[in-house]
Amino acid sequence: MKKILWSAFTILLICFGLNLTAKKLDGNVSANSKRTLIIYNWGDYIKPSLLTKFEKQTGYHVIYETFDSNEAMYTKIQQGGTNYDLAVPSDYMISKLRKAHLLDRLDRRRLKNFKNIDPIFLHQSFDPKNNYSVPYFWGTLGIIYNDKFVKASEIQHWNDLWSPKFRHNILLVDSARDIMGLSLVSLGDSMNTTNSLDLKLAKTKLDELGPNIKAIVSDELKMYMIQNDAAIGVSWSGEAREMLDSNSHLHYVVPKEGSNLWFDNFVIPKTARHKKAAYAFLDFMLEPKNAAENAAYIGYATPNRAAKKLLPASLRNDRQFYPNQSAMKHLQVYRDLGPSKVQEYNDLFLEFKMYAH
Amino acid sequence: MKKNRLFFLLPYSLWILLFVIAPMILIAFDAFTGSHGEFTWSNFVQFFSDTTFLRMTLNSFWYAFLITVITLLISYPMAYILSHMKNQQFWLLLIILPTWINLLLKAYAFIGIFARDGLVNHFLSFFGIGPANILFTDFAFIFVATYIEIPFMILPIYNAICDIDPALINAARDLGASKWQVLGKIIWPLSRSGVESGIQAVFIPSLSLFMLTRLIGGNRVITLGTAIEEYFLTTMNWHMGSTIGVVLIVLMLIVMLTTNRKRHHQEVR
Repeated sequence: MKKILWSAFTILLICFGLNLTAKKLDGNVSANSKRTLIIYNWGDYIKPSLLTKFEKQTGYHVIYETFDSNEAMYTKIQQGGTNYDLAVPSDYMISKLRKAHLLDRLDRRRLKNFKNIDPIFLHQSFDPKNNYSVPYFWGTLGIIYNDKFVKASEIQHWNDLWSPKFRHNILLVDSARDIMGLSLVSLGDSMNTTNSLDLKLAKTKLDELGPNIKAIVSDELKMYMIQNDAAIGVSWSGEAREMLDSNSHLHYVVPKEGSNLWFDNFVIPKTARHKKAAYAFLDFMLEPKNAAENAAYIGYATPNRAAKKLLPASLRNDRQFYPNQSAMKHLQVYRDLGPSKVQEYNDLFLEFKMYAH
Repeated sequence: MKKNRLFFLLPYSLWILLFVIAPMILIAFDAFTGSHGEFTWSNFVQFFSDTTFLRMTLNSFWYAFLITVITLLISYPMAYILSHMKNQQFWLLLIILPTWINLLLKAYAFIGIFARDGLVNHFLSFFGIGPANILFTDFAFIFVATYIEIPFMILPIYNAICDIDPALINAARDLGASKWQVLGKIIWPLSRSGVESGIQAVFIPSLSLFMLTRLIGGNRVITLGTAIEEYFLTTMNWHMGSTIGVVLIVLMLIVMLTTNRKRHHQEVR
């Protein structure tokens, strides 16, 4: 008995010691100190050296936490366990957060670099007056194809996906709005349609795509495309960027007839405690030099006009990721359609997943 | 003395209250309320009138059944052989070892093995059978699920077989029973309890598998687990998600009751 007690005691002591060391390694700055800034962002979505540069320039200590889905972020902000000072939700989630009164109104006079944002990315439906959000990155939904298996001319439109040539060779991203959306666009409908008949028709058309589909996956899509496991993938431009960087056979197309235009934006949650630091960081990230450095590192498209000019020509003129004006016109931003319509999209998509293949 | 016992009972009852009973009540509450918090049966009406849900339930049952049967077919002989081996502790350790590794890591390892450029396809093309599509098939899904569940089937069966008094087997042999008769009339009936708890330990978790359906099944296999994930995380419709949860809990209870009753029956006889 004594032996057991002693060993239990020793184990507890060791754990306590390890915990102390871990705390020491983390640095002694607590979240309550005035000179901190808590950022809540997607994983690997900022150039790390910019955070250190900001810390040096301003003396704030940055605590950087990450999430992997808009919904997870929503829940955490709603419950308010941590008081995040900045978060980076996507478009539809911004309207949802706004409707739930979880966002703080921006004082744009405190952002002297806000003028660098290209006006075409402002006043979107999710935040018509940009009172709550500052665009961070934007992108599209499109088709990634491997030139080992597919010729460029064979895959330029959404309808090309239905070609019998691609039997069992297409990977789709597991996202109801996007996959239902591409079917809607191929039928000439809006990606934001609330017409149940249009949605049913789009789902019926998707069912015919069944034999061509290899799998419906999420993050793993990147890996499979890089490993030449499938000829065609449907995903977002940000993911495509990473795939193209790792496999030179891959290319990205945004079909001309239309596609989704998505945004990730900075917002300040209502619960933020270090607003001064938040504004300082926003302005810092809006500076053309920093925004350009970040965009070159992340590879997504920047909405910052002045920063885009600073990017290397190879990136700036890449039509795959910076579509020209006429192509931009056909891109549609998702609107928050309300819970019951979103449910309808998801139910139809689930049905498609079950019966189609 | 009585007071003392109550005191020791406190942490356990608190645990059960907070982590077993309270969550069940919350799920049931969500399942019986609508989006405005009013009492309603409509979630259940929707579940049982929607062919998609019914098909999903059947799917879950079918795959769980297949996984359980295959696991049992592999595990029973293995447990039997194991109980007659020399270094039993060592072999047991080898069987338990994979359960120490996280489920997701094992799934990712299988992606590497089954992929077009993976180990199995290299092996196949060596014999000229060319790269085959293995990943994202029913076969791959059931294979990986079976692999993961096998330890949970072997252990209870192994324990049950080890508990059989060797005198019984010797007596049967002395009375002229053949090897197969011993197996069918002595060992199998006496190890039934182990088989039953093994079935419970495999069938019930298999009903709600969900990560594997996407990672290995490529969303070709849709189970109730997939639907619960979608309702809670994507559409945030917790009421419908809870309804599916309640249905699943009821199904599991039915499975447990039916497997337990048989054993009870036997003891009476």
